[in-house]
Amino acid sequence: MIEIKGLNKAFGEKRILKDITVTIKEGELFSVIGPSGIGKSTFIKCLIRLLRPDSGQIIVDGQDIASTRSEFTLAKVRRSFGYLFQEGALFDSLTVLENVAFGLKYLTDIPKSEFPKIVKAKLALVGLKDVENLKPSELSVGMKKRVSLARSIAAEPKYILYDEPTTGLDPVTTGMVKDLITDMRAKLGITSVVVTHDMKLALDISSRVAMLSKGEFVEVSEPDKFRLSANAEVREFMRISHLSRVRQNTCD
Amino acid sequence: MKYCLTEKIGGEFIALTQALGSAALMLRSVFFWFFRSKLEVHETVKQCVSIGVDSVTVTALTSFFTGMVLSLQTGNSSKNLFNEPLYIGTMVAFTMLKELGPVLTSIVVAGRAGAVVTAEIGTMAVTEQIDALYTLGTNPTRYLLVPRYIAFMVMLPLLTVLADFLGILGGALVGVVRLGIPTSVFMNDIYTYVEIGDFMHGFLKTFAFAFMIATVSCYKGMNTRGGAEGVGKATTEAVVASMVLVMVIDYFISAILVAVGI
Repeated sequence: MIEIKGLNKAFGEKRILKDITVTIKEGELFSVIGPSGIGKSTFIKCLIRLLRPDSGQIIVDGQDIASTRSEFTLAKVRRSFGYLFQEGALFDSLTVLENVAFGLKYLTDIPKSEFPKIVKAKLALVGLKDVENLKPSELSVGMKKRVSLARSIAAEPKYILYDEPTTGLDPVTTGMVKDLITDMRAKLGITSVVVTHDMKLALDISSRVAMLSKGEFVEVSEPDKFRLSANAEVREFMRISHLSRVRQNTCD
Repeated sequence: MKYCLTEKIGGEFIALTQALGSAALMLRSVFFWFFRSKLEVHETVKQCVSIGVDSVTVTALTSFFTGMVLSLQTGNSSKNLFNEPLYIGTMVAFTMLKELGPVLTSIVVAGRAGAVVTAEIGTMAVTEQIDALYTLGTNPTRYLLVPRYIAFMVMLPLLTVLADFLGILGGALVGVVRLGIPTSVFMNDIYTYVEIGDFMHGFLKTFAFAFMIATVSCYKGMNTRGGAEGVGKATTEAVVASMVLVMVIDYFISAILVAVGI
């Protein structure tokens, strides 16, 4: 369980997150939506202490990581997380196999000889095969994202944080990633936090959706209730998302 | 106007103080991980090749030709003053061992390997690869910085020894072929007047240069912001700062070594 209490984060004078309090329950698929640049990535990075909050608590399985200075405590807590980065963040100097096996080497006690077999299985899970020896520069944007996803699930974490998981993907791959996120939760009971500006994705896959606006969660509810929200900002965002999707479908 | 100038100077001072503090924290982290974790052997060897082995050709050419031109210039000046080239071997060996060997090698390494390190780490910083290291159970200082510090500290002194040798060889070539100094005389000038302390004077300095180049390159890389433009800017700043600092540190360390009799 991840408990967030009074989380604040500012960059200079600009307050990005204002006193956010929310609890993400075991096995939940919690989505945070909002327009680009609103602070969704900042929120998700604070959850794993890639960014240090200015104040507040982030309690992961009883351990507050917001204020700890211990590298070892942080490393221990981070072991239970997988993270899918917006742009993939694959290591340029390593092959796909080395990238996916990276977490296995540092997060698990699995013997090195097992790595190729596990990597192959994880890559198959995201619909990729025979790419183990390629470098990230030889992959398309969609393939990079899928390799990154395989890397984040390789060590079978307890929590997975997805930062814009479908941005830059074609509709087929988007569907595949969507199924994969729901499968992770359904089959393995992995708790997931997804930040996205894709309203449809959030409403389709989540158990709860939160709308971030001006540094605050203006609405946190289940998708069915979220659709009927009376909040003006939520309604406006849903209207724009709907229009944009209609326009996209018309163009297609 | 006066206020703006004061504000600008104050701002620069605060920025410098923050940078020094940040670099000090980075150094603390480097020492912490150096002593507290298992060495990344594969990454360290890779960096030794990138920083050291890949710099051999350019170091060899630079030092060989520096030795040649040193011999040529001092030989001609000596001829003008004394009608014959005197103590050319001594002159070339002293200069190469004490100053030009370590300083030129450090500048070459700062320009070539230092730039590579800053650009590589900087690119990782702007593409979230450093954040990815944290999420995959690895501390970036341990995985990226410690191997690079070790590579600089090991390879720069070795490259300097090579540069010293090739510089003296280049000087001997010009001395013997162009200036007509017998090989035995050139070598005798070195054996008679040059001592192991002269070699140690230059050799010891390279450790300080290596530490400084590693610190500047890694610090600039880790603090890169702003995409491709930021990487270019950080790389240029790292190379310029390293080269200037090599010269500055050189004077102060030389003064200390001279004072203690090395």
